[in-house]
Amino acid sequence: MSPARALLRRDITLAFRAGGGAMLAVAFFGTIAALVPLGVGADLPLLGRIAGGILWVAAALAALLSLDRLFQADFEDGGLDLIALSPLSLEAAAGLKILAHWLTTGLPLTLISPLLGLFFNLPSEGYAALIGGLAMGTPALSAVGAIGAALTLSVRRGGLILALIVLPLVTPAVIFGAGAVLTALEGGGTGAILLLAAFSLGAVVLSPFAAAAAVRLNLAG
Amino acid sequence: MITALDKIEAANLACERGGRVVFRDLQFSLPHGAALSLEGANGAGKTSALRIVAGLLSPSAGDIIFRGSDKNITDGEERGRFVAWLGHLDGIKNQLTVRENAQFFAALYPSTGDVGKILERVGLARAQNLPAQYLSAGQRRRLALARLVLSNRPLWLLDEPLAALDAAGKALIAELMNAHCVAGGMVLAATHDPLGIDAERLSVGAP
Repeated sequence: MSPARALLRRDITLAFRAGGGAMLAVAFFGTIAALVPLGVGADLPLLGRIAGGILWVAAALAALLSLDRLFQADFEDGGLDLIALSPLSLEAAAGLKILAHWLTTGLPLTLISPLLGLFFNLPSEGYAALIGGLAMGTPALSAVGAIGAALTLSVRRGGLILALIVLPLVTPAVIFGAGAVLTALEGGGTGAILLLAAFSLGAVVLSPFAAAAAVRLNLAG
Repeated sequence: MITALDKIEAANLACERGGRVVFRDLQFSLPHGAALSLEGANGAGKTSALRIVAGLLSPSAGDIIFRGSDKNITDGEERGRFVAWLGHLDGIKNQLTVRENAQFFAALYPSTGDVGKILERVGLARAQNLPAQYLSAGQRRRLALARLVLSNRPLWLLDEPLAALDAAGKALIAELMNAHCVAGGMVLAATHDPLGIDAERLSVGAP
């Protein structure tokens, strides 16, 4: 097994073991989606209209849940030193950690989203935009989140600071993602989803470098 | 087995942490097949010195050169590729079994070593399917030792390697270090206690 595959496999395994965040994020996502219709009331047309927005905000919050441990767990037990000395560059390691985070949070969230759309009585025209948007946009949540996780990795209980750093940075994803669902309901074009894809691509390409630079600073500190 | 490095030289190394000079003018030269033990009081900078050699920390002054048979390496990140690290923190995941931990390290530092055999050698054969969470401090140390052997790197950097080990464990690490040096590797250890092998001694910190 190559070093890259070993790290990816270990991070995915850890996400599903005790204390990992994989199922937690999905459960959190589902809980919010179940609570909001109860809070808003049985106004079906209204629920259908706000479905995209609520699910996107819930996805952003759910992705945050396990982000604070992305580098911190390895930093605290010394594993990050071992990764830094391995043949993998820190950039590659950050990229693999982002991929593992997406596979264990973003992807399950995307897969479960049609079911949650039903909770909101989302009209059938909206599903393609919801699922496609989440599939394209959740990598951005993991990628931008990794920068925040790397910056706060030496901060104890850094979860809240992480949220304050990351949430403003992922607003474009939430705006375009929710907007894509809304335009689909109104029979509009695909502009929002293309912008979402562009944002996501940019984030995925650039964030491993930013995250690795922040990890380097923390290791030397 | 390991011949990639001929010699390691440190010249006029100085380290500052938080504006305070931890040590300065640290010099040593470590040829292949040799061991060097860094000694000094708590806070003298032994761990920082090891991190500097590994390239995890930048010195405030001085140079480190890894002399290879065909080229010299000075860049910190490149130096890290020759280092096997054993620190206070062991990098062992509690949620994974002993075997899974060892297999991960073997794959991360691509190693051709036989994981089962090496676990047996460090005395963890019977614990290999146990989650690492249930290991005692000494057993965790032994798992970290297995990682050193698996990593197949020429330079072992050991920070207090004898901590938490029983008499048999100390004998084991001496045996592993000896075998590593005989194979042409190098050992640089920060320690308070005698290593149990032939090693030059160097004192770190303010005189």
